[in-house]
Amino acid sequence: MSTIHGETTAALSSPTPQPVKPVYTSLWRQSLRRLLKNKLAVFGFVVVAFMFAACFLGPLFSPYTDNKINMAFMNKAPGLKHWLGTDALGRDVLTRVLQAGRISLTVGLASMVLSVFVGSLLGVIAGYYRGIVDQVIMRLADLLLTIPSLPLLFILGALLSEWKVPTDYRMYIVMLMLSIVGWPGLARMVRGQMLSLREREYMQATVVLGLRDRRKLFNHLLPNLVPLLIVIATLNIGGAILYESVLSYFGLGVMAPTPTWGNMIDAANNMIDFQDHPWLWIPPGFSIFATVIAINIFGDGLRDVLDPKQKR
Amino acid sequence: MNMDNVLDIEHLSTHFKTEDGIVRAVDDVSLQVRQGEIVCIVGESGSGKSITAMSVMGLIEAPAGQVVGGSIGFQGEDLLQLSRNELRTIRGNEIAMIFQEPMTSLNPVLRIGEQLMEPLMEHLKMSKKAARKRAIELIGEVGISRAEQIADSYPHELSGGMLQRIMIAIAISCGPKLLIADEPTTALDVTIQAQILDMLRRFKEESGMSILLITHDLGVVAEMADYVVVMYAGKVVEEGEVVALFENPQHPYTQGLLRSKPIINQRQEELYSIPGQVPNPLELVPSCYFHDRCAHCMDICRTTEPALKETGSQQKVACWLYEEAIAHV
Amino acid sequence: MSTYITKRILYMIVILFAASFLIFCLYALTPGDFITGNIKLTPERKAELREIYGLNKPVIERYAIWMKNAFHGDFGYSLSQQKPVLSLFNQYIWNSFLLAVVSTFLTWLIAVVVGVVAAYKQYSWFDTIVMVALFAAMSIPSFFIGLFLIKMLAVDWKWLPPGGMLTTGSNSTGLAYVREVIHHMMLPVMVMTLLGVGSLTRYFRSNMIDVIKQDYIRTARAKGLKERKVLFTHALRNALLPAITLVGFELPALFGGSLIIEKIFNWPGIGQLYMQSFSLRDYPLLMGFTLFIAILTVIGTLVSDILYHVADPRVRL
Repeated sequence: MSTIHGETTAALSSPTPQPVKPVYTSLWRQSLRRLLKNKLAVFGFVVVAFMFAACFLGPLFSPYTDNKINMAFMNKAPGLKHWLGTDALGRDVLTRVLQAGRISLTVGLASMVLSVFVGSLLGVIAGYYRGIVDQVIMRLADLLLTIPSLPLLFILGALLSEWKVPTDYRMYIVMLMLSIVGWPGLARMVRGQMLSLREREYMQATVVLGLRDRRKLFNHLLPNLVPLLIVIATLNIGGAILYESVLSYFGLGVMAPTPTWGNMIDAANNMIDFQDHPWLWIPPGFSIFATVIAINIFGDGLRDVLDPKQKR
Repeated sequence: MNMDNVLDIEHLSTHFKTEDGIVRAVDDVSLQVRQGEIVCIVGESGSGKSITAMSVMGLIEAPAGQVVGGSIGFQGEDLLQLSRNELRTIRGNEIAMIFQEPMTSLNPVLRIGEQLMEPLMEHLKMSKKAARKRAIELIGEVGISRAEQIADSYPHELSGGMLQRIMIAIAISCGPKLLIADEPTTALDVTIQAQILDMLRRFKEESGMSILLITHDLGVVAEMADYVVVMYAGKVVEEGEVVALFENPQHPYTQGLLRSKPIINQRQEELYSIPGQVPNPLELVPSCYFHDRCAHCMDICRTTEPALKETGSQQKVACWLYEEAIAHV
Repeated sequence: MSTYITKRILYMIVILFAASFLIFCLYALTPGDFITGNIKLTPERKAELREIYGLNKPVIERYAIWMKNAFHGDFGYSLSQQKPVLSLFNQYIWNSFLLAVVSTFLTWLIAVVVGVVAAYKQYSWFDTIVMVALFAAMSIPSFFIGLFLIKMLAVDWKWLPPGGMLTTGSNSTGLAYVREVIHHMMLPVMVMTLLGVGSLTRYFRSNMIDVIKQDYIRTARAKGLKERKVLFTHALRNALLPAITLVGFELPALFGGSLIIEKIFNWPGIGQLYMQSFSLRDYPLLMGFTLFIAILTVIGTLVSDILYHVADPRVRL
């Protein structure tokens, strides 16, 4: 840097990087510390953890898990014995909601893992190798993004019914369907991030240093993607749970007798249940809502901590 | 308050709340600017020089930042006591400011002309038509030809040097008593730097305004300043008439600064640089904040803060080396 | 600029061809169709009908025929309704458009105002409440909130009609007709606005927060401008600029209807038409609808791209 006299002022012109705080803790520790300061995010996490615990452990403590049809307790309103009432077959609604939650949460989680895996893998490959590989992957993603996702899911759901997929297996196929819809957007985002990372100065430095491809990819690029992926993955669970519920509600996803939050709301399609037995369909709806909002709040907190530049 | 002074800052303290604690960015700073004078604040980044300027303008971002004490006298009034609206009518009118980055300091979606007209209409209550006429005159006054055309262009269509001229035109548009220039030439090419500084000096001479110039560049100081204030870690460590200070720097930090400035025609093996780094603003304890970088550090420097004391007729320094009391400790 | 647009349009056409083929295959491969599903028909009659509708030809040939007709503006013939697909679209689409326009307008209005205020008061209690409310809006399952509001506002409290566009058997005209439609629109518009407002407000809020931090906002304040002027002239313009790209993305939503909302509220729009035809496996209509949305999506993306380049004086092609 020069001045008007063509002199340089060495000591002042290169502002020494200020040590903000000596880094005793690792970056992850620091992130965790900052996350814990965000009360809303912590609350979100607690709710999510509670929903998981309740759904996976709750039914163990329920005296009504046998799905036995009990005509004496048909369509009972919520009360002391059955906290959320009973359905037309005398089954305890609370227990059913928790059991349904297991499926809904599993489907959400699993399809997230699948789509994040496929999406980030393809995104990384496209963004790293570019050229023809990039072209093929991204054109495929463009194509899938062009087709509206709800009709696409509906057709796939209809295929399931027509092919008479046993109801036990349907949930696995629903996971697959959701990741088919989910990966293109993810791949696009990851690729964009890869491209911008490649352009950063420290990547240029690795080129200058003559590092090998694989080392560049694994030691320098991927670690920088991890925060973004964690954030996307978290928010993706919420989206997957919502999609699953829509599909199951319309009878194109997971079907009875396997309960999910979505297909339990199907009770609302019966005029009598809709008007007179709201405890059949309102609790699963609120379960979806509570879980998804908690995931979103937590995911947003994670984003603030891990990836402050990224925004929605 | 001395009425000769256009600006009279007394014991100003501005703090910032961060996640890790309070940063005392400006800590008990006093300085004066007399009419028609150019005062330079010199210091490294993080020394609090820009925050001092922003405090004067009332542009410290609440709630994180806050002026916590002192007074800022301007024409006999304490700016800190004014309401937001009263301060606003002074800003851009009687006190104007230009910034370091001309490329980002102008709004990218508004035309140059509109941005120039705004203060004229706001403070001088000009009509739109009169403001536009004056804006075009101002563009000419800062040495840009084709003024009409420039008025209708967007910032991205002009170079950095031209944008800084526009910023100056905006600043002087309402005839300010005081112009605060925060590193006005740092982002510019060498040849442009000289033009900008010349222009500032010319406007000062024509209008009799005062300039508070903030810089880290001792070349700019030597060129422009009447009076120099050296800041370090939020404190004034030395101040004085420019000639006196350059001839006889007293604070070891000032001495270091001047030593690290290369001298023309005199090649040195290695440029001098002050050892160590600026202290962490969060971990300051009562002491001379420069002690761990100072070659003359004494015991008292680590435990007690030196006060700013007059040493020569035109010079003040905050350093235990010049305290007579030291002999008795 | 023009070569860029030409390139984009060419790419758009290629993608649309690929999409149309994929859509066709998906529906063609789905076993079961309108004819097979109709128990009233004899096997002979079924075979005859398949011959008439060309359903026994190979998939590729059927695709070629479909595309050829599509180029001539013929999207096929709905089997269940016995009408050309396009004329059905024309009949239903404007109802969808009505819902979409009103709710899109409300969504943008709320999003801009709330987003700007929340950004300006970042970290205040107002901002926190807004943020939580936005998360809530983004987390509601659309069909559930629809059902829930029908139950509360229509069935229990009887404030609003539960569905449809007109009261059954109504033959009101003129102003009474308009009033009745507005009355019926309230619930679906409310739900659609609620569902859309979350992400858009967050978008404006974060744009605005970014803009407020910019140097030129500091300059505007240093000029002594009124805070209102700083916010609405200097900041909002910059925050709105990137949002112009969203206009294009709204296109499919504006004309494509909403499958879920129209179904739940029994609104006679194109989405409801799709859902009805879906259970009947009326493939020409389903394919036509899906392709229609795909076309809107592709055009919307192109429009966004062009708008972005037109709107931002800094971007040069």
